[in-house]
Amino acid sequence: MNLLKKKHSVLPGFGLTLGYTVFYLCLIVLIPLSGLVVRSASMTFPDFWASVTEPRVVASYKLTFGASLAGALINAVFGFIVAWTLVRYRFPGKRLVDAIVDLPFALPTAVSGIALTAIYSKNGWLGQYLEAWGIKAAFSPLGVVIALTFIGLPFVVRTLQPAIADLDPELEEAAASLGARRLQTFLRVIVPTLLPALLTGFALSFARAIGEYGSVVFISGNMPMRTEITSLLIITKLEQYDYAGATALALVMLVVSFLLLLAINVLQWWSSRRFHGGIA
Amino acid sequence: MASLDTIYPAVPIKVKAATNQEPLWVRVILISISLTFIGLFLFLPLAAIMTEALRKGIGAYLESFQDEDALAAIKLTLIAAAISVPANLVFGAAAAWALAKFDFRGRNVLVTLIDLPFAVSPVIAGLVFVLLFGLQGWLGPWLSEHDIKIIFAVPGIVLCTIFVTFPFVARELIPLMQEQGNEEEMAALVLGASGWKTFWRVTVPNVKWALLYGVILCNARAMGEFGAVSVVSGHIRGKTNTMPLHVEVLYNEYNFVAAFAVASLLAMLALVTLALKSLVEWRMNRTDVETIPPGKE
Repeated sequence: MNLLKKKHSVLPGFGLTLGYTVFYLCLIVLIPLSGLVVRSASMTFPDFWASVTEPRVVASYKLTFGASLAGALINAVFGFIVAWTLVRYRFPGKRLVDAIVDLPFALPTAVSGIALTAIYSKNGWLGQYLEAWGIKAAFSPLGVVIALTFIGLPFVVRTLQPAIADLDPELEEAAASLGARRLQTFLRVIVPTLLPALLTGFALSFARAIGEYGSVVFISGNMPMRTEITSLLIITKLEQYDYAGATALALVMLVVSFLLLLAINVLQWWSSRRFHGGIA
Repeated sequence: MASLDTIYPAVPIKVKAATNQEPLWVRVILISISLTFIGLFLFLPLAAIMTEALRKGIGAYLESFQDEDALAAIKLTLIAAAISVPANLVFGAAAAWALAKFDFRGRNVLVTLIDLPFAVSPVIAGLVFVLLFGLQGWLGPWLSEHDIKIIFAVPGIVLCTIFVTFPFVARELIPLMQEQGNEEEMAALVLGASGWKTFWRVTVPNVKWALLYGVILCNARAMGEFGAVSVVSGHIRGKTNTMPLHVEVLYNEYNFVAAFAVASLLAMLALVTLALKSLVEWRMNRTDVETIPPGKE
């Protein structure tokens, strides 16, 4: 087996750098993560199953996945519009908007959490108007959706921007010269071409939302069965010294994350094929 | 010989102007939606942080930083970043050298594994270290026998920070160094430079902007991480609270002005990060244009 064995090269330092890379990777990432798997393997399957399907846990799945899906969908629609306007149009403040899109990456999640809570609580800038219409934003599932929309926004915009910039103008010109109206061109030519990138952005935004903790815990109110996300439930179990329960739950979330990662990789492969394999 | 003009006389053809452009009213609507969405979701929270922090005047704002616990939190955050950023920088450089300059079997697997911490939710990142080093963890009994504290202490916080910021530098460097190829390094070696010298004089200058970019992102995340450190910190005031954790403690005590004051520091850090990031992106695009190697496009 010649795994990790290099093909001939004259550059020095292969053994040292690769050795250090593998060592550091094992130490920081692989050994700690495998601990999680080993820990949950020590549970019997019925115990494991019972702990990941108790009603409070199932309620947290529903909220986590439902709100993540809603947030990712909102981002897919509005992120598309933001990316489109940033690439195609000129308007005042465009560079500022382009730079600020990454704010959710750069702003610590706890800070986003308390800022969003301040805005949407019933005395907040927007919360008071929503309250007047009878909509409770903070401390309700809607608050979770708001936080997860915030956190996932850059993924859709940043995935779509290069794809929109790469769109071949000849395609649109061809459609227009063949008599398509602009809306037809958009729906029949542009959207299908951008679909892989849009789906990738959507999936990235969804995946990030699933594991999010900091920005959600402040605005959600953390009521068991109603506004408690799975990440928080893991911490709650840990604080009650229910290590087995926390580990089991973490394993479920980890597996979901890895499946999503796999799906995203497949999407990106599809997307790169669409751009480089299509028109020569 | 008849010129093209006589065969195809210049008949004024009515071309609809800018077939690739939406009508003005559509553009205006789309730009308005876009600005409203960004304004609501991104500018409003920033404004809220500053307003809440200054709610009781500049005096109360500044007083929030006189607090010893706040200063301890700032110090701990700086310590965590000062350890984890260089650690991941060294790793990133080593990994990029091994993975971008050499071709071997299992290379792609390693590249994927390096990205792994991004797929792990922060809370789970904290949990794995509790399972390893906590009292009920694998090494827990041994550690407590020797009176070494990792969980609910500074080492645990540093470890978690290293974990969540693990891929930042490596993932910026690997694709770029791969694209640049080995020719310049080989030339340096042929001319008699040592391996180290080649690395410092040839490779590092070639990737300096990407390196800086990775460090900026790594630092922002290191200072702002909340979920993972929250699990291992134990929230001991003045001892194991980083800035984001201190924000949470103050907020839960209804000390809103102080909470938002500390948050405003973190928000400023985020804005500085974004500004530097834009600057570096602009520089990277420029060097890209300047140094396209002959033969490649």
